[in-house]
Amino acid sequence: MNLPTQERILERAAGPGVAVLALGLLLIILQAAGLAFWQGFVINIGIFLILVLSLNLSNGFTGVFSLGHIGFMALGAYTSAILTLPLHEKQEYLPNLPTWLAGTHFDFRLGSFPVGFLAATLIAALLVSLVALLVGLVLMRLSGHFVAVATLGFLVIIRVLLFNADNLTRGSRTFSNVTPYTNLWWVWAWALLTIYIVWRVKQSPMGRAMYAQREDRWSAQSIGIEVMPPRLFAFVVSAFFTAVAGSLYAHFITSFSPTVFYFDLTFKVITMLVVGGMGSVSGSIVGTVLIVGLSEALRRIEDPTQLYGISGIVLAVLFILIIIFRRDGLLGQREIALDRLFMKGGGTGGEPYITNAD
Amino acid sequence: MVLELQDVEVTYGNIRAIKGISLTVSPGELVTLIGANGAGKSTTLKTISGLLRPKAGTLRYQNQMLDRMPPHKIVALGISHCPEGRHVFGQLTVAENLRLGAIQRHDRDHVQQDVDHVYQLFPVLKERSTQRAGTLSGGEQQMLAIGRALMNRPQLLLLDEPSLGLAPILVSLIFDTIRKLKGEGTTILLVEQNARLALDVADRAYVLETGRVTLQGPAKELRHNPQVEHTYLGT
Amino acid sequence: MNIVFYSLQQLVNALSIGSLYALMAVGLAMVFSILRLINFAHGDLIMVAAYFAAFALLAKLPLGVTILLMIGGAVLVGLLMERVAYRPIRGAPDVAALLTSFAVGQILQNGTLLVTRLMQKPNPLAFPVIGALSGVFTFGAITIPRVNVVSLGLGIVLLVLLSLFVTRTDLGLSMRAAAEDLPAARLMGIDTNRVIATAFGIGSGLAAVAGLLFAVQAGQLTPYMGFTPVLKAFIAAVIGGFGSISGAIVGGYALGGLEVLLTAIPGIGDILPPNMVSPGVQAWLKQWLPSSLTSYRDAFVFVVLILVLLFRPNGIVGRREREEMG
Repeated sequence: MNLPTQERILERAAGPGVAVLALGLLLIILQAAGLAFWQGFVINIGIFLILVLSLNLSNGFTGVFSLGHIGFMALGAYTSAILTLPLHEKQEYLPNLPTWLAGTHFDFRLGSFPVGFLAATLIAALLVSLVALLVGLVLMRLSGHFVAVATLGFLVIIRVLLFNADNLTRGSRTFSNVTPYTNLWWVWAWALLTIYIVWRVKQSPMGRAMYAQREDRWSAQSIGIEVMPPRLFAFVVSAFFTAVAGSLYAHFITSFSPTVFYFDLTFKVITMLVVGGMGSVSGSIVGTVLIVGLSEALRRIEDPTQLYGISGIVLAVLFILIIIFRRDGLLGQREIALDRLFMKGGGTGGEPYITNAD
Repeated sequence: MVLELQDVEVTYGNIRAIKGISLTVSPGELVTLIGANGAGKSTTLKTISGLLRPKAGTLRYQNQMLDRMPPHKIVALGISHCPEGRHVFGQLTVAENLRLGAIQRHDRDHVQQDVDHVYQLFPVLKERSTQRAGTLSGGEQQMLAIGRALMNRPQLLLLDEPSLGLAPILVSLIFDTIRKLKGEGTTILLVEQNARLALDVADRAYVLETGRVTLQGPAKELRHNPQVEHTYLGT
Repeated sequence: MNIVFYSLQQLVNALSIGSLYALMAVGLAMVFSILRLINFAHGDLIMVAAYFAAFALLAKLPLGVTILLMIGGAVLVGLLMERVAYRPIRGAPDVAALLTSFAVGQILQNGTLLVTRLMQKPNPLAFPVIGALSGVFTFGAITIPRVNVVSLGLGIVLLVLLSLFVTRTDLGLSMRAAAEDLPAARLMGIDTNRVIATAFGIGSGLAAVAGLLFAVQAGQLTPYMGFTPVLKAFIAAVIGGFGSISGAIVGGYALGGLEVLLTAIPGIGDILPPNMVSPGVQAWLKQWLPSSLTSYRDAFVFVVLILVLLFRPNGIVGRREREEMG
């Protein structure tokens, strides 16, 4: 194409730009209309989107399947929640905190902007990334179902630790009194950041290295692509954002316990990932919206009839159907070419990132 | 006519491994498929025994169509496939491997007869009958693989590269055995890279190149065919 | 009580828990060895079997009928699982199959939840007391719960029968061949569908027995009770050498021993007679071994799993990865 660079950039930015503007409009309307249910719904989508994208980065891109990511979410949730508790609450609620922690209170603001919340989220995410680095160094050398089970073990270990760290986490008792900082803007700011970062990684050389060693580990190594760095990178970055999602979640539902961050949540996120398509960013968006929407709709049936279990069955059946009939998910590794929406002949589809021989 | 293939095509994903092969094997014959690596010889055998499904064409064995049959039914028809690379069950003993070969049969008393027959052909197997097959040498494993294939009392024996990776003295032992089996009336379809040995023992031969039959005829003729001599016999 | 009796008691405990783990791990190993599938829904099979038994007992059915129903039900569910969810994806990458097994598990869990609700039974559901399995045996100073003894005895009997089946029968031989090299086994004329169904069936039956014994020990049922057992069973199978039946058995008992060790050792501080060990050592033991390592036990077991996966992925019994025919 011979278009001058500036025009090309504008064209490519047009699609995503419009999408972001549309999102912004939607959020403004929601905020103004004050419909708590729909706000909550959109917040849920946002948080899950961050989780799914992070998992996509780790599992979908590199092919190394981690089942333990919700453990990172739990760590992020608890860390940030502990940090943001105001001083007097800390004394009452968590009387046995170690002294260096008991003095902190990330509830300060800049004007009305809750800087403390941001700081706490970042600190939590960085700490969790460190944990992920250590865990990753150990586990990323495994492959296939073995890494899946090892990371599942990590999830269990985290849960046990959280249950036992009474002084920090209140153990099996509910951790509540969390300030509800989370709102539409926080969630979607982080979500957009996550989308952007994951997208950029996918296009970068590091991203290509991930795909190479996913498709064929031995061939990749034989042309000099090392396996550990891309895997570790993906694992740590995904843990970072998963922890952020944890912080957002904690300050949204404002009370939780270790049982929340366990297997059911894991399976839900995986379903969104698989339905949308592992390796596709737009797939993750589609999958998340679909499954969160479906869950909500099913909950409307479950609550009045008290027939709990229906949503679980429906989602699991959907999962199995996708695996049998459309293994790569709805979008596979393809992306919805937003940047083509405004060009001639634009629309969905685009080219597969990597052509998959079946 | 015991076996007849007509215009068989087989694909691996997008790659057409076999692009239309026709061949026949008559009762008691030893027919050989020769050709270079990747020509499609093993693929042909795997398609006959049901491990692979043909994309097009027909495979007829006596009066049965083989194309849609699962392997265990094809075995029940009397076809035994001794695969490339032997693939004996290393964790099982020699005796168990042989017993496996007869797993479909219901006449238990005769099974022991056949075991003894195999031990006659390959006395070293009798010595090692309680040893795990994985501890056997390459040549012994090949003998075991052939013996195992015989346990089914096959009417058609498919042999895939029996000489592969074996020392010359073992190769001649294997081929002596093949001659013996032919003498006993077994119909054999032999795939071999060692064209000289194959043409010496066969009645008829087909030459495969990149998935197609390029030459066919009586083995003696092909043995002295200048093309064959040049490409496969190195003269 | 002195240390000899204490050790003996713990030994029986270890062996009985080990029997349960072995019974469960064997089913996982059989399916994995042939299909390369880690069937996480195996744990939910255990749960479903326990619920079958509970409902049967609540309906006042005699024990023998209950057991038959339970085993039959579990086998049916296992075969169904294989036919509907796993056969269509044969040949799929490992992780796809693993995830599918989780989905199957979700269906079983939520299905049980739903049924419990529909039948208006509470959750958790108290498991009806079985006279034959409750109470204790006492030998002098040792008391052993009767259910432990039954677990041990039954476990050994069933495992021996399984070993005989696998080594002496044609079907067992076919399974071993299929586990080693599935395409080559097909060439032998082995009907792989039948062999796979057998693996699922036997595995489910054994899991059902384990489920009943578990339920008796736990005293109550929830639809989620299968999760931890299946993880333990998996760990057991890996420790022993994943994919082999003998490995699963060894691993099961090893894990049982490990767990009991973790719970029993802290208790030692209290029962060591002073003339056996100096008070200094006794105090040291009391200080450093928390009185309940139990709560950390599950985490510790997983650490062991990860260590095994990293350093000795072929487990104790161990086998090399074999090349399969294309």
